[in-house]
Amino acid sequence: MSEQDGFTERLRQARTRQGLEQSKEPAVKTVGTGPWGIGFRAGVEVVSALVVGIAIGYALDHWLGTWPWLFLLFFVAGSAAGIMNVYRLFKPRGGRPGI
Amino acid sequence: MAAEGQAIDALSQFALKPFLGGLGESVRLSQSNGHMLIALGLIAALMMWGTARRAIVPGRVQALAETAYDFVHDLVVGQVGEEGAKYFPFVFSLFMFILVGNLLGMLPYAFTFTSHIAVTFALAMLVFLVVTVIALSIHGTHFFSYFFPEGAPKLLAPLIIPIEIISYLSRPVSLAVRLFANMVAGHVMLKVFATFVVMIGGAAGIFGIFGAALPLAVNVALIGFELLVAFLQAYVFAILTCIYLHDAVHLH
Repeated sequence: MSEQDGFTERLRQARTRQGLEQSKEPAVKTVGTGPWGIGFRAGVEVVSALVVGIAIGYALDHWLGTWPWLFLLFFVAGSAAGIMNVYRLFKPRGGRPGI
Repeated sequence: MAAEGQAIDALSQFALKPFLGGLGESVRLSQSNGHMLIALGLIAALMMWGTARRAIVPGRVQALAETAYDFVHDLVVGQVGEEGAKYFPFVFSLFMFILVGNLLGMLPYAFTFTSHIAVTFALAMLVFLVVTVIALSIHGTHFFSYFFPEGAPKLLAPLIIPIEIISYLSRPVSLAVRLFANMVAGHVMLKVFATFVVMIGGAAGIFGIFGAALPLAVNVALIGFELLVAFLQAYVFAILTCIYLHDAVHLH
């Protein structure tokens, strides 16, 4: 009887894994990085948003001839986007860690 | 280990050279591309050899292939949901290519192609474009509501939308820089400590031999750490791809 129960449980697990059964609990996975890893990730998020913002501002200025105003504007927008990226990094989203 | 003129030469390991000497030179194939081909061959051999026998009790190669398959499958289904299973081949290819590339770079004389930002940025742009095309094909123009969160005051739209667009465009940059920087940092550290071993060992006779044991021990520990980083960075790349796919399929 217990063998039968064990089989049912394993069958259910296998079906859930293959997506044949809806699992109720959301998958929670955490990336095992130490404080250095988290700090590095946050830094990369800020710098990449800043780089994209600066690149857009610089390109628009080059195109429209409004140096340096759009550059300054998008520098600030890029910083804000960087802060938002870091916020999203630590904000849990629907039971999943925001990675 | 190059220690010419007491200078630590940690960056020449990333220079591109012709693959297999004259043969690579004649067809303009660098060792970076050569190692990509080796990685492709290894992955193909693993999956083809591993799935050839279809044994009920798997052997070593089959167990490895099945573990890799299950690991990525669980990752995709867990992050994107059941409807994300159709993106499994894409994520699996990316994960295996980066993982094998990272691990290949740990072998002596091998080259780490993931330590070039041209390679990682190309991979990240591929993810970015695929995810954007999937989002556009599923949601059409409704996709653009992604850049303006629901419930935010309309007055703030000129402020929020550029910031959200920059944040979205920064995804491939951060994806590329994270993998590239981790691989470069690891290999520079390995080279620096390996150079210390040679410099100290060659400098002070019998004391030098004992002194060289310290950076050698650090290097042994670093090799283990780099193996962890090689796996972790491939995992992070794959899981971020899954999260972007989740955003593309579900929007928010």
